[in-house]
Amino acid sequence: MIRTTPFHPRLSELSTTGLWSHWAGYLSAQKYDMSAKHEYFGIRNSAGFFDSSPLYKYWVRGRDAERFLAGVLARDVRTCRPGRAQYTIWCDDAGFLLEDGVVFRYSDNEFMLTAAEPNLGYLRDLVGRLDVEVVDVSQDYGVLAVQGPRSREILARLSPDVAALPYFGHTRTKVGAAAVTVSRTGFTGDLGYEILVPAADALPVLDAVIEAGTPYGLRPFGEQALLMARIEAGLLLVDVDFSSSRYAWTDHDRVTPVELGLRWMLRGIDDPERPFVGRKALRAEIAGGTSRWATVGIVVDWQDWDRVWTQAGLVPPKDETPLDYESMLYDAEGGRVGYATSFMYSPVLQRHIGIARVRPDHGAVGSTVGLEVTVNHQYETVAAQVARLPLFNPERKTA
Amino acid sequence: MSQTTPTRAAKSREYDAIVIGGGHNGLVNAAYLAKAGLSVLVVERRHLVGGAAITEELYPGFQFTTFSYALSLLRPDIIHELDLVRHGFMPILMPSSFAPMENGDYLLLGPDRDENLKEIMRHSAHDADAMDRYEHDVERVCQLVKPLFDRVPPNLFGKSPEDLADIAWLRSHLGDAPPKVLHDAVRMLTGSAADFLDDYFESDILKGYMASSGIIGTKVGPMSQGSGLVLLYHSLGEHDGQFGAWAFHKGGNGGFTQVLARAAQAFGVEILLESEVDHVVTRDGRAVGVVLGDGTELSARTVVSAVDPRRTFLELVEPRELPTDLVENINRFRFQGTSAKVNFALDGAPRYPALGDRTDQYRGFTNIGPSMEYLERAFDDAKYGWYSQRPYLDCAVQSMVDPDMAPPGKHVMSCFVQYAPYHLRGSDWDTEREKFGDTVQATLESFFPGFGDLVLHREVVTPLDIERVVGLSEGNIFAGEFFAPQMYFFRPAPGWSQYRTPIDGYYQCGSGTHPGGCVMGAPGKLASGQILADLRKE
Repeated sequence: MIRTTPFHPRLSELSTTGLWSHWAGYLSAQKYDMSAKHEYFGIRNSAGFFDSSPLYKYWVRGRDAERFLAGVLARDVRTCRPGRAQYTIWCDDAGFLLEDGVVFRYSDNEFMLTAAEPNLGYLRDLVGRLDVEVVDVSQDYGVLAVQGPRSREILARLSPDVAALPYFGHTRTKVGAAAVTVSRTGFTGDLGYEILVPAADALPVLDAVIEAGTPYGLRPFGEQALLMARIEAGLLLVDVDFSSSRYAWTDHDRVTPVELGLRWMLRGIDDPERPFVGRKALRAEIAGGTSRWATVGIVVDWQDWDRVWTQAGLVPPKDETPLDYESMLYDAEGGRVGYATSFMYSPVLQRHIGIARVRPDHGAVGSTVGLEVTVNHQYETVAAQVARLPLFNPERKTA
Repeated sequence: MSQTTPTRAAKSREYDAIVIGGGHNGLVNAAYLAKAGLSVLVVERRHLVGGAAITEELYPGFQFTTFSYALSLLRPDIIHELDLVRHGFMPILMPSSFAPMENGDYLLLGPDRDENLKEIMRHSAHDADAMDRYEHDVERVCQLVKPLFDRVPPNLFGKSPEDLADIAWLRSHLGDAPPKVLHDAVRMLTGSAADFLDDYFESDILKGYMASSGIIGTKVGPMSQGSGLVLLYHSLGEHDGQFGAWAFHKGGNGGFTQVLARAAQAFGVEILLESEVDHVVTRDGRAVGVVLGDGTELSARTVVSAVDPRRTFLELVEPRELPTDLVENINRFRFQGTSAKVNFALDGAPRYPALGDRTDQYRGFTNIGPSMEYLERAFDDAKYGWYSQRPYLDCAVQSMVDPDMAPPGKHVMSCFVQYAPYHLRGSDWDTEREKFGDTVQATLESFFPGFGDLVLHREVVTPLDIERVVGLSEGNIFAGEFFAPQMYFFRPAPGWSQYRTPIDGYYQCGSGTHPGGCVMGAPGKLASGQILADLRKE
């Protein structure tokens, strides 16, 4: 039997579509409104809320918690002060990515790690003799993401502490009578927050957010709008832009952090004081320059796009729905140089954009690749420019 | 990026080009000219650019799109070529259309086709698939017509190789069209919206809703020949590749023209505010500059008028310097503005009884035109020189899609009103303004009981106000009616549809030229191409 999140009783009332997908065993709204694009504009121009509760959540606690996580996560968690969070990754010992998630540091010895997949067994296996406990509290909390330019104004009405939160900061506070953690995090690339709330308090907190936000244009958004926003924001999605090495059959389906454009996470990798899973392989990859891919943004040449469709007698499609398949990329001679893992029309950028994996020699910003599209059942190639991720990066996100 | 800010005194006495009027077409034209390397000055009479596409805080905290109120026909190439996204371009989807009925029922169309078909079936099962056929047929006509919007009209009377090539292109473009599509195009361009719609639909509400697009801005009823052309124009709009879709620019159309101004300035355009051009200076049949209202003389080898044809030909230059037949044509060019606006600041969203406490129906346009007969009767009043006693209203509660337009929980509502003829029989607009506002508000009250209690502020904008404030002759929102003899190679006059004028170096780029009004930008862009081509030849 499919489960529902602590917010579901209210969300099911708000859904006018009855369209739900299954996410980690829970019902998750695809869209509340017939127009996912309308929900998307909630994120980009007012505010929207999204139920992230199905994420796995682990408390990592104990005297050695920092040392433990510093050895598991590829990004140096020692640089994360209490009250801060980090987007992070963990790799296997071949340096391939297992997963990404966000780690929240509550105190010197207390962290919460969120992840899309179950990791309890994996984490516990690595504890050894350290003084650490890893506790799965996935079902104990609901997570409500409130995202968009008006999100700060809305949440500050409920909890004034929120107004001063820096990007990737978090704080224990109250919404009404409920003790919650509000963090300035999210998956939209916009100004936004997430509220971690004990399951029993989830509905009153949601109701308070809706009441505070409705005058500001707050509306619920589902997975479809989230997936549009995250491509613009250059945020990678497991099973779309990368696969977990754990479940891959061949190295074609594996990718390293460097290949994924996450080399910035490996700052301090040469520090001998911090051994971590995959370090040796990653150092060798960096030293040898053996990365197979670069992960980049692509922006399609609008004239070329219009040309191929117009010449075929068709109206050039500008569909914000992300493609659910890869699109091949070619060089000028027609040789394959990579593929777009995510692709959509961006309403705020007014261009077709994508997240792509290209051979490192084709990763220079501004260089041109040919994107394969199917027009009238035939392959056509349209020009696209390699660009730096994220493609949409408003000042308000971090300001 | 070096960017100038608008000033109240020109920095120089000499420019390559001076553009008269800072409406959207003037800004587009100036931006293209500056992008090509010219030094360009835009001279705007008012304290802000935008012309009829402005947003003003007329009541504290409430942003009003005083005149023009939505975005649809803007040519997509302009967005990219002028790099508007970088300067804040953001068209927000308006995801629904709401058409209340006099019996309390309604038609509510949204973004989902199947749901729409079910909604239409509530009114007529016959009309559900008719809607699909209608949309497909009209889209094909749009595809045929659209390339004409992006090209300078051919000069039918020219014999130069370029003219002959243009005419050959048009003949081949139309000749390649399937006969049905060409025939549909002619039926729309010459016939009435009613006749065209009657071929598809039977339900009054659907026909009223669709026919409303056939009267906007024009002194025709849906049953008049000529309303088909207006219907086609309003179907030609596109938003993110969807024909007929409308968007609301963040911050209203004033938000859009501010984006345009920033883009133009980034290309080096200088904008001079609160300065009126008194006349264009000519010497030996050639424009050499302008004289401002305060007597300042500025010189330029290119002068571009972004104002309407009457002002361009009869006021800014001496009609005596122009060919007589052109003067005659401009003198009889039909303006006869017939539209008005009534804008409201509201304490909350209006309530529609049949929908209870729902408000999502206001995220797009609300169309008060429940049948073709309703619209035609509204037109009847205008025929005899009076404003409609039960007017057609195209309303948008814009704060529903852009919360920046009003304080939290409050709303702005823009109501486009027809018919409001410029010439009133036996009275004038200064006398009738508020009585007209009352008529509009009473109409709204009849559909939304309790509407009046929500009104915090009301702004009535008559055709006379449009003329006085924006400068559009007789308050015509398209800078000249959409009327077949005033379109394409006849806009604004036979022989003068290619943005040039009989005075060398003097050009026109306003909505009085092809392809016409609406916030389209095409006249500004197409004119810039002609100007730059002429400069290359010199």
